[in-house]
Amino acid sequence: MGYFENILLALNSLRTNKLRAILTLLGIVIGVFSIIAIMTLLNALQAGIDTGLSQLGSNTFQIQKFPAIQFGPGNSKLRNRPDITYDEGVRLKERATVYKYMSLEFYEFAKTFKYESESTNPNFTIGGVIPDFLPCNDFSIQEGRFFTETEVFSASPVCVIGLETVDKLFKNINPIGKQILLDGRQFTIIGIYASKGAGFGQTQDNYAFVPITRFLQAWGSREKSCNIAIQAPSKETYNECQENVISVFRVIRKVKPGEADNFEIYSNESLMGTVNSFTQYFKYGAGVISFISLLAAGVGIMNIMLVSVTERTKEIGIRKAIGAKNVVILRQFLIEAVTLCLIGGIIGIVLGIAVGNAVGIFLNSPVVIPYDWVLIGLVVCSAVGIGFGMYPAYKAAQLNPIDALRYE
Amino acid sequence: METVIELKNIYKTYVMGSEDLTVLKGVDVTIHMNEYVAIMGPSGSGKSTLMNIIGCLDTPTSGDYILRGQNVSEMDDQELAEVRNKDIGFVFQTFNLLARIDALRNVELPLVYSGMGKEERLEKAENALINVGLEDRMTHKPNELSGGQRQRVAIARALVNNPAIILADEPTGNLDTRTGEEIMALFETLHENGNTIILVTHEEDIAKHAHRIIKIRDGEIESDMINPSKVKKTAVPVE
Repeated sequence: MGYFENILLALNSLRTNKLRAILTLLGIVIGVFSIIAIMTLLNALQAGIDTGLSQLGSNTFQIQKFPAIQFGPGNSKLRNRPDITYDEGVRLKERATVYKYMSLEFYEFAKTFKYESESTNPNFTIGGVIPDFLPCNDFSIQEGRFFTETEVFSASPVCVIGLETVDKLFKNINPIGKQILLDGRQFTIIGIYASKGAGFGQTQDNYAFVPITRFLQAWGSREKSCNIAIQAPSKETYNECQENVISVFRVIRKVKPGEADNFEIYSNESLMGTVNSFTQYFKYGAGVISFISLLAAGVGIMNIMLVSVTERTKEIGIRKAIGAKNVVILRQFLIEAVTLCLIGGIIGIVLGIAVGNAVGIFLNSPVVIPYDWVLIGLVVCSAVGIGFGMYPAYKAAQLNPIDALRYE
Repeated sequence: METVIELKNIYKTYVMGSEDLTVLKGVDVTIHMNEYVAIMGPSGSGKSTLMNIIGCLDTPTSGDYILRGQNVSEMDDQELAEVRNKDIGFVFQTFNLLARIDALRNVELPLVYSGMGKEERLEKAENALINVGLEDRMTHKPNELSGGQRQRVAIARALVNNPAIILADEPTGNLDTRTGEEIMALFETLHENGNTIILVTHEEDIAKHAHRIIKIRDGEIESDMINPSKVKKTAVPVE
């Protein structure tokens, strides 16, 4: 008897006991769903993080006071780190020898921008930067120009805005040369930077960049730590550049030899590593949950198959009487168990991908299908079906045809 | 005439706890091609055990059973299944059709197990159903058929593989008298068409349709004779 006919037979017998089949399926569905949903979500987030991170320029690393991502309660050593000041940044720029561009950045978050009667939501960001900001962060100018070193030196009240600001405040108006109020302070718009798109759930098009000196005059430096982004001259000199910057910065920050850095260095790669080690825990968690629920589901499958074999003893007897060999009966019940598991698995996979991506889309991540996990899910479901279906199928195959025929 | 079944000194002993129960005590029977034999006996006579052995559902404890030249008493489960599939057509008292599939699929089933291709087996199954007069009931499920029709489906299933023998166990036991007579008439036709039929029954009325009647009691053959009412039609040698 062909596999196809066996599958039809299995579907037919499942249809006869719909409720029972659905209840049994549920365990498999939950097990597969949990792993697929988590893997889909993680893959979606990862894809989002990857594009988000690649927005740093190439061969670029950053210095910040704190690690970019922290797990668990922050320890006091980290908390007591002194802020990185503008002065320290300037000195690093002067003294470090191996680098191409070095950007010094301060930020004020959750601000409102105003132009005449129009105003934005209070979720825009003001960045105080220097011209090196552009290459270090892979930004480019779409219209007008960026400010110059001279304008930084003179703390000119000029700014460069993003497309979201243009959209909100300057419909059908050319913003260049207009006066804008950033958090109540007046600046002249001299340029618009090109869109960076949304990375990892947040847009970067709602920034306004002003000369760092003007920024510090307007908003002060209290409770603020400077971000430093450094671009190495080339891929080959990347490590050399990082070593040079670290050693110079340790001197500037008065870190004694043998003490740990009181600042954090990170790059695309190290961020990715941190994210990966973080998502790893989720993967293990999802793996354990799935394993347990699939195990429970497997026991359910075995139970239902045993009931099915008992109920169908007469049928087995008839089939054997008219010439079905043991192996044919075994295969029939095994395929039924595997079919049951695979239906559950497919439902779980579809639901998992749907829910994982729904959450991912909510977090602005791209839609992904974790093909590897889909495959793993299907293989595991088949394995559960075979593993837990084997005993009932064997029991069916070994039935004595005379007793089975007599069974009522 | 060609020998189909040869039972030589068949013993069957069951172990019941500490006691051994011998149900068949040296049964010798030879059945030829195109014979119509009834095996009769009261319950407990060993009739059912003998039928199970003839039907290759069971093997004797000792003795030889030669079916169409092959010694089936030595066979294992797998080989027996194959013999049942190819050489034996069962007709049961309770019809024993699969409830969830229609008449055609029921009749097709033995051919499925013998590995025949789909088109060929559908054609054969259809022909078998036509032969028992059910050409307009092919897509009916057993519960949509009357008792007589169900038994006809079962007979079609028994015939579809062109077996050496048709083994009918109380085929009219679940039918009313009139339908029972119809079924017996059908067996008569099958016999006339050259089939070898073995009828297992405890009813004299049914056994009298057969051309040879073997009576069994306490595990031994009590009598084996030609049915006098049928003797004119066919002469059957008895050893």
